[in-house]
Amino acid sequence: MSDYYNDEDLGRFAEIGRARPDLMEKFFTYYQATLEEGALTRREKALIGLAVAHAIPCPYCIDSFAQSCLEAGSNLEQITEAIHVASSIRGGATLIHGLQALNSIDKVSM
Amino acid sequence: MAVSLVMAETLVAAESTEFDAALSRSGLFPLQALGIDTLQVNVGKKCNQACGHCHVEAGPNRTEEMTRETAETVIDVLRRNAPLATLDITGGAPELNPSFRYLVTEARALGRHVIDRCNLTILFVPGQESLADFLAENGIEVVASLPYYLADRTDAQRGNGVFEQSIAGLHMLNALGYGQPDSGLLLNLVYNPTGAFLPPPQAGIESEYRRELQKRHGIVFNHLYTITNMPIARFRHFLERTGNYERYLRRLTDAFNPAAAASVMCRSLISVGYDGTLSDCDFNQMLEMPVWEGIPRHIRDFDYAPLAARRIVTGDHCLGCTAGAGSSCGGATV
Repeated sequence: MSDYYNDEDLGRFAEIGRARPDLMEKFFTYYQATLEEGALTRREKALIGLAVAHAIPCPYCIDSFAQSCLEAGSNLEQITEAIHVASSIRGGATLIHGLQALNSIDKVSM
Repeated sequence: MAVSLVMAETLVAAESTEFDAALSRSGLFPLQALGIDTLQVNVGKKCNQACGHCHVEAGPNRTEEMTRETAETVIDVLRRNAPLATLDITGGAPELNPSFRYLVTEARALGRHVIDRCNLTILFVPGQESLADFLAENGIEVVASLPYYLADRTDAQRGNGVFEQSIAGLHMLNALGYGQPDSGLLLNLVYNPTGAFLPPPQAGIESEYRRELQKRHGIVFNHLYTITNMPIARFRHFLERTGNYERYLRRLTDAFNPAAAASVMCRSLISVGYDGTLSDCDFNQMLEMPVWEGIPRHIRDFDYAPLAARRIVTGDHCLGCTAGAGSSCGGATV
């Protein structure tokens, strides 16, 4: 079976700018800026990034942000809690859409 | 001899590694020492532990150890060279060397600052019952390994039960005044990553250690040093075994920091092997890379002037000292 996801591709991220390097440069500038220390610490941002990566879910982002979390000083317990936050939001989002189903059912029901 | 000198000169002129190329881009090639204020002495490879990241590949079965004669030469060098303000003793577990206490007391008698790189569990090894008192009585700075403030990560790197005994050792040192305000007894801890990643920012993880060790165990200390794992010896074996070697080297290369390169410890330190060989650092020593040919290469030939102005011998493992906030035996460098 061929692999759609190769971990080496993470290091080739910039190649997606082959056709429009100007757009890629703008993206990377913005990307770097969002992860700089600001009102939130790098550590908090890395945990947010990891949680979002799981919610998307993106294996490249998970790989990258898991490393970032470790290098920002987070331990496995903290990382696991962040993943549970992503999980609960995804689960909650699924359940809240149950109201759409209820609304649809109520609309057509006698 | 003439041929080898020509070869050495050729090597001096060439950028032979990724590290040298990075130095060159930063205007630091070739890397030169700026003096020597620390004599770091590795007294042997014997240790009561066998940690998974150890660049010395130390362990209970190693037999290499510094002789009394070499230890006496070290003291003689200290006596004759006032700029060598600090004697930094490492191993293995340096306390297992029969000349350890001789080195400590003689160096202190010469008024030198002395550091013992202590693994903490050595305090409980039979025959070492008086070690903690000895260190305190001589005012020795203790730099103690504690890769994390939780047991699982520490034991994964250093062996089962090491964390619990390390905590007991820290309690013992605290009771003697180590790490206590105004005691003058310095207790510094060492964080190093328990895997293939860089250390976190030193100030942040130091605050976390201080809070968690106080809350969980009532332990106090002075500073926490973050040290990057070098991709050599046992840690390299781990990287290769787990398929992480290339990725880790790339991580180190990508994180090259010119400010850290300008502050590497080898510019102010020289390393003495158990057999008296001089190297630019303990890592070079383990890679059997002595100082450049043409300058004194053995402690018995120590000559401050040429050694203090020497060119540093480098390799790609040096990227470990220049990544991110830098790494040295005294922690982050920027």
